[in-house]
Amino acid sequence: MALKINHNLVNEQVARELIDICPFAAIEYHNNKLSINAACKNCRICVKKGPAGVIEEVKEEAKTIDKSQWQHIVVYADIEENNVHPITYELLGKARELAQVTSQEVQVLAIGHNLTQSANKILHYGADKVFVYEHKELAHFDVERYTNVFEDFIRQNQPSAIIFGATNTSRSLAPRVAARFKAGLTADCTALEMKENTDLVQIRPAFGGNIMAQIINPHHRPQLCTVRYKVFKAPEKSAAVTGKLINCPVKEEWLDSKVEILDIVNKKQEADIFDRENIIAIGRGIKSQADIDLVYQLAELLNASVGCTRPVIEAGLLDYRHQIGSSGKTVKPKLIITFGVSGAVQFTTGMKDAEYIIAVNNDPAAPIFDLAHFALLGDIYEVIPELIRIIKEEKLNV
Amino acid sequence: MNIIVCIKQVPGTTNVKVDPVTGVLIRDGVQAKMNPYDLYALEAGLQLKEKTAGKVTVISMGPPAALAVLKEAIYMGADEGILISDRKFGGADVLATAYTISQAIRTIDKVDLVLTGKQTTDGDTGQVGAETAEFLNIPHFGYVTRIKVKEGQLEFVSNLDNSIMKANITLPCLLCMDGEINTPRLPSYRRKVKYRDCEKQIRIISFSDMKDQNESKYGLKGSATQVEKIFQPEKKTERLVLEGTREQLAKDLFKVLKERKFI
Repeated sequence: MALKINHNLVNEQVARELIDICPFAAIEYHNNKLSINAACKNCRICVKKGPAGVIEEVKEEAKTIDKSQWQHIVVYADIEENNVHPITYELLGKARELAQVTSQEVQVLAIGHNLTQSANKILHYGADKVFVYEHKELAHFDVERYTNVFEDFIRQNQPSAIIFGATNTSRSLAPRVAARFKAGLTADCTALEMKENTDLVQIRPAFGGNIMAQIINPHHRPQLCTVRYKVFKAPEKSAAVTGKLINCPVKEEWLDSKVEILDIVNKKQEADIFDRENIIAIGRGIKSQADIDLVYQLAELLNASVGCTRPVIEAGLLDYRHQIGSSGKTVKPKLIITFGVSGAVQFTTGMKDAEYIIAVNNDPAAPIFDLAHFALLGDIYEVIPELIRIIKEEKLNV
Repeated sequence: MNIIVCIKQVPGTTNVKVDPVTGVLIRDGVQAKMNPYDLYALEAGLQLKEKTAGKVTVISMGPPAALAVLKEAIYMGADEGILISDRKFGGADVLATAYTISQAIRTIDKVDLVLTGKQTTDGDTGQVGAETAEFLNIPHFGYVTRIKVKEGQLEFVSNLDNSIMKANITLPCLLCMDGEINTPRLPSYRRKVKYRDCEKQIRIISFSDMKDQNESKYGLKGSATQVEKIFQPEKKTERLVLEGTREQLAKDLFKVLKERKFI
């Protein structure tokens, strides 16, 4: 669908209204001519909320595809060094829910070397079929080789939807596969639903703001998406296995690679920043190193780890490992207290499943208050020192 | 070495809301800026340029206002800039964006290396780099923290999920650079005075400059995904809001923590 301007209805006032209404500054008015520039995201607010009839939506003939030719839901198994990443199980649980809507199979694609053990393990989490491509040249992740294997799998099986865990390797693989098939790919979905017509409904934060977008692929198959670790819950491991393994041949011609691995070193098990039961999260409201010291004092008293929003990282107050949210970590602590966090959805997607959320902010309109179980409207510079004082006093009295 | 660095202009704020009455997006009028992750890629490109007596071309896709980030890149040390801008490119998803960028890169002779940041702070997908590499039919690697020039190829280090990998990659290739890998330089005042509007350095290309003249591969028409609707995240219904003096607030907070056995 495209947008069409009815120029006969345009005057200066109409133009002004439209310019004001467009959230992306995509509407321009020069020399009495209204135009839409490349910043347009097709949100169609100008059609729905603008002066009636000035900008219209014109339906274009969409190329249709036969969706019945594309069946079943595939989870890409994230396996490194024969360890199945637990996100694989989380995705299997969600895939099963989705598959039930349209009575489809849940399939898994595993690529690597010596995969029998991993593939068998995956069968215990409710996969109907696990397709295994094994070769010694596939032992380590190589994006070109893996994409070639993936291409074969898609051509042979025509899956309707493919779900990837948003690990560093899959974030390289999924886009290459999507581009090869000119398919849609939605990153970091926070919710997935299935329509009767097999359209996968993908929900994610969008437009760099406190907004969720619901995204579909109406005319394309397969439908690809990634989901971050700990967004969905893994199903219980079942003792019984009903699915089966399918071994697929690997052709030498797929194994050409322009990357030559010199060395792979396992990361030192970096101490997990969020290793405590509770978390104190700080946002833009925290301004200086002295504030950080105060926050750490409180964290010590509450057995909490310290996390933060992106602006705190950008200000250089904490290092990136502390970041919570869509470009940081997803956390599920028992308690999270946020200080001076406004609550942009980029942050809240990373912590909204905390068991108990307390928010302290001096802006009554801060969106974090919509999420909090307990909201304190106050100045963090007053609340934090006072709270520290009370807790210390209490501890002395015990 | 002929180096291309892809950069994007992003909103200076993430504070966007939906007006509950009209359903219209409200965006704070805070200035747009260069995507912070692109600064690391640009710095990496400029360092390679200095080592190899190469050339850095920055490219960006966006509305005319995105010229600002290309100028900033020129002031930092890039030699040339290309703005990919056309109404026909509007409404592009990852697929159409990557295809358009790949077509723009194909208009440049003898590209050795394409660098990108790891993601943008507005779209936040981190997928455009890899898709662009696929459309250019060149190898790519993500989360790259270091690059060293070797004969006819590059040695690089990548930050995988559980390991750090060192590898060689042949040219031409595309590398998505990790964040915080270097200290991006500031724009130079001297270059700013010297190049000012960058009229000679920056050119704008549009649909008519692309080799593939099939309109259905660009913009909204070339996009596979479609935004069905946008909405505000759900709100919690049961919640307690407290106001009061500092002593009272701290006391109330303490009481809740104690009742719920967090202390």
